[in-house]
This record gives sequence, structure tokens and C-alpha cells, in this order.
Amino acid sequence: MNFNFRWKVLAALGTLALSSSLFAGSPSAKREPKEAESAAVVHPSDADSMRVEGEKRFHANCGRCHATPEKFPPRMMGTVLQHMRVRATITEEDRRVILFYMTQ
Amino acid sequence: MSYLFQETAFARRQRTLLSLLLPLFFLSLAPWSPAQEQSDKPIPILTGNVGTFSFVTGGQNLIDTQINPVLLVPLGDRWLIESRAEFEGQFQRPPAGGPYGGPVNKHVDYAQVDYIANPYLTVTAGRFLTPFGIFNERLYPVWIRFLQPDPLILPIRTAPSDGAMFRGGFPVSTQANMNYALYVSATSIGIGSVDAERQVGGRMGFFFQGPRLEVGGSWQKTLQDDRKNAFGFHMSWQPSKLPLSVRSEYSHAFEGSGYWVEGAYRLSQVRFWQKAMRRTELVARGQQFFVGAIGADAEDALGLPSANTREADFGVNYFLRDGMKGIFSYGRQFSPAGNFNQWSFGLAYRFLIPLGPTGASREAQ
Repeated sequence: MNFNFRWKVLAALGTLALSSSLFAGSPSAKREPKEAESAAVVHPSDADSMRVEGEKRFHANCGRCHATPEKFPPRMMGTVLQHMRVRATITEEDRRVILFYMTQ
Repeated sequence: MSYLFQETAFARRQRTLLSLLLPLFFLSLAPWSPAQEQSDKPIPILTGNVGTFSFVTGGQNLIDTQINPVLLVPLGDRWLIESRAEFEGQFQRPPAGGPYGGPVNKHVDYAQVDYIANPYLTVTAGRFLTPFGIFNERLYPVWIRFLQPDPLILPIRTAPSDGAMFRGGFPVSTQANMNYALYVSATSIGIGSVDAERQVGGRMGFFFQGPRLEVGGSWQKTLQDDRKNAFGFHMSWQPSKLPLSVRSEYSHAFEGSGYWVEGAYRLSQVRFWQKAMRRTELVARGQQFFVGAIGADAEDALGLPSANTREADFGVNYFLRDGMKGIFSYGRQFSPAGNFNQWSFGLAYRFLIPLGPTGASREAQ
């Protein structure tokens, strides 16, 4: 049974490794750093629409579980959203847009 | 002898496979690297919640006071160490009279290391909350939950897991996100024991942004004894035109099965006493539990009802300020073991303390 268990773990690891390498190699994944970089420098005209989008995503994602919290300083919000990225499995794009909204 | 030879061959093949898979796994992580401004670097924080509640169950009063600190330590953009402990005192007056007294339980709910490998995958190792259903992982903290009494099915397959987990969330279309969690766990049964309860499981959910609806399912299989399966379903819905939130879970396992459905309605659309009404939430939950095949004593030891049970709860939450709410609820439980009322009232508070320089806001820069 030990062997079966180990083989299953190996199979799971293999599948994940292959799928994640496929995803990571895909064009959309390679675009991600550029998108993340662009989040740091946002044109004023884009800022409003990003804020609106951030608010929308905030209510859709965070509001599923809890009431609206107040806004915290950026470095605290960064940690909170990193935690929520894992806990609530929010997407990387949602994390980025919500972080923008919550730190404005 | 042939068995030994076979074992060696197996072990060799496993080593070879592992040596092939691990580099591939780590190579797959390389292309993705989120850029972040220095001023936005996340800092360690201490968060969590404090609550004090009075539960009157069938005329017996129980004072429950708890503190659940959560430590979050980010190491760069990709690594996060997180842990939650629970200190809970449950105090009752002895039947013969006298001052309140009782045990103070202390335990670590989770202590895990997360590695955000790429936008699709986070790898977690350590002790983690078992992703079976949604209540255990997402809705358990006292400042989050609608009603303070636990759902009847909460103990089903939600004991903490020790092992590794792969999880993530990503868009599958412009209208839907998918989230998943897969885990293997080998939880030690007791101190000094080499026995462990081994299990594998997973959860998958889809969130539809238009209707703000999430639906999903969970599965778990134990890897010893009878290799039993358990499964569950969950949903959560927030209509965009109403300040309403509805969520539900169903679980089925060897030790029992059941469901709960709960809703919360914020009175923000009421036209009078708007300041107070905006802070008021009406909540309700209906649930049912069906005993499994493990016997009444084992059900009791797990924290499950020992007989088929139905329960309805109604309550009011009042948000005094961000993260702080007063709660009041009434419920009635129906079961062959006896029907009784359950009242609860108390206060829940979420705190958040930075453990480093917080940085200035963007406006100030």
C-alpha cells in the first residue's frame, strides 16, 4: 500500500509539474510580468477605470465571505492580499486590481 | 527475496522519476515573476480575531471566550509563512452551583509555508486547513461567520491536514474563474505513535462573475482501512442588486451526512434609520444532519450529533465599526435525543497589527 501511495503522489506531482510547465510556458503566462509592471505605473485616465474594476472585483471576490474592511496602508494590504490569494484562491489578476483599488 | 528485489526496482524507478519530475516542476516556476515597487513590499502582520459569546443551550449557559491570532510573514513576493492558533476558554457554572470554570483549549489550526509558483499554482506544505467544503477554510473566523454556532456537519472531514497541497485560481473565460486545491496528508494519530491517518483529496469550484455565483465540490479518500470516500458540494451567491448573501454546503461521509443553507441580508436599502440600518444584518440558517455508521459514541467524540438532527437559527448582527460586530441569535434543534432552544449573544472583533514599517499611501508620495 505504501508503494501505491508513493506512486500516486508521484503521479500527482508529475501531472502538476507538466500542467504548470505548460501553463507557465503559454503566451498568457508570459504576458503576466508586463501586466504586473504596468499596474505600478498607471495613466491617470486608466486609474479611474482600474479603481472601478477593482471595486467591482473586490465586492465579487472578498464580499463572498466577509463584510467590507477598511483600507490599510499598501504594505499591509500587500500581505493581506497575498494571504487571500492563497486562502480564497483569488486569481493573480484579481489580486493585482483589488490591491490597486484598496491602496488608492 | 523477489519481493525485496521488486521493492528495490520500484524504489529505483521512483528515484529516477522524481529526479526527472522535480527539475521540471521547478523549471516551470521560473518564467513568472511579479514586479513590485519597493514601497509596496508586503510586511509581516499579526491579525486574527477575538470573541466573547454566551451560548444558552437547553437552559445551560456557556461562556465562550476565544482569541485566534494569525501570523502572516511574507518572504518576498512568492513566499508566505502563515499560522493560526486558537485559544478558547469554555466556562460553565457547575451543576451544584459556584463560580464559572472550565477548560482552556490551545492548539495550532495551521502552520504552513506557501510558495506562489506561478499565476496558476501555489504549493503549500505543513499543517493546513483541509479544503473540504468552504466553511472550514473561508468562513470559520468569528468575525466572518453569519451565525456563531457551528454548522452540524462542520466536523466531517475538516480536521487539519499535515502534508502538501497544490492550489490556485485562474480565469477560464471572461466570465468565469476556476479554483482548485489538491492535497495529500499523513496526520499522526497520537504522540509516540508511528501510525498516521493518510488521505488524499481535492476541491474544485467555479465562480461566475455575472451572477456572482460560486459552485463547487470536494472529495476526500482515506488511504487505509476501508479506504473510505467522502464528498461534498458548496455554493455561494451574492446577487448584485440586493445586499444579500446566500451560501450552502452538503457533505457525505462514512461518519454522517447533512447540509446547511444560510443567508444574510444587510438592511442598507431600508429608508428609515439609515445610519443604523446600514450596519444591521439579518441572518438565518437551516440545516440537517443524518447519522452515519460509526455509532453514537464515535459521533459524539467527533463533535457530531448522535441522532438525526434538524436545526433552524435566526439572528441579527450589528457592525459597530470595521471588523467589530455584536451578534444575537436564536435557534431550535429537533432530534430524537431531545428538542431544545439555543440562544447566543456576544461580540466579535478582527484585529490587524503591522509588524514592520507600513509605508506611505500613494497619495502621500
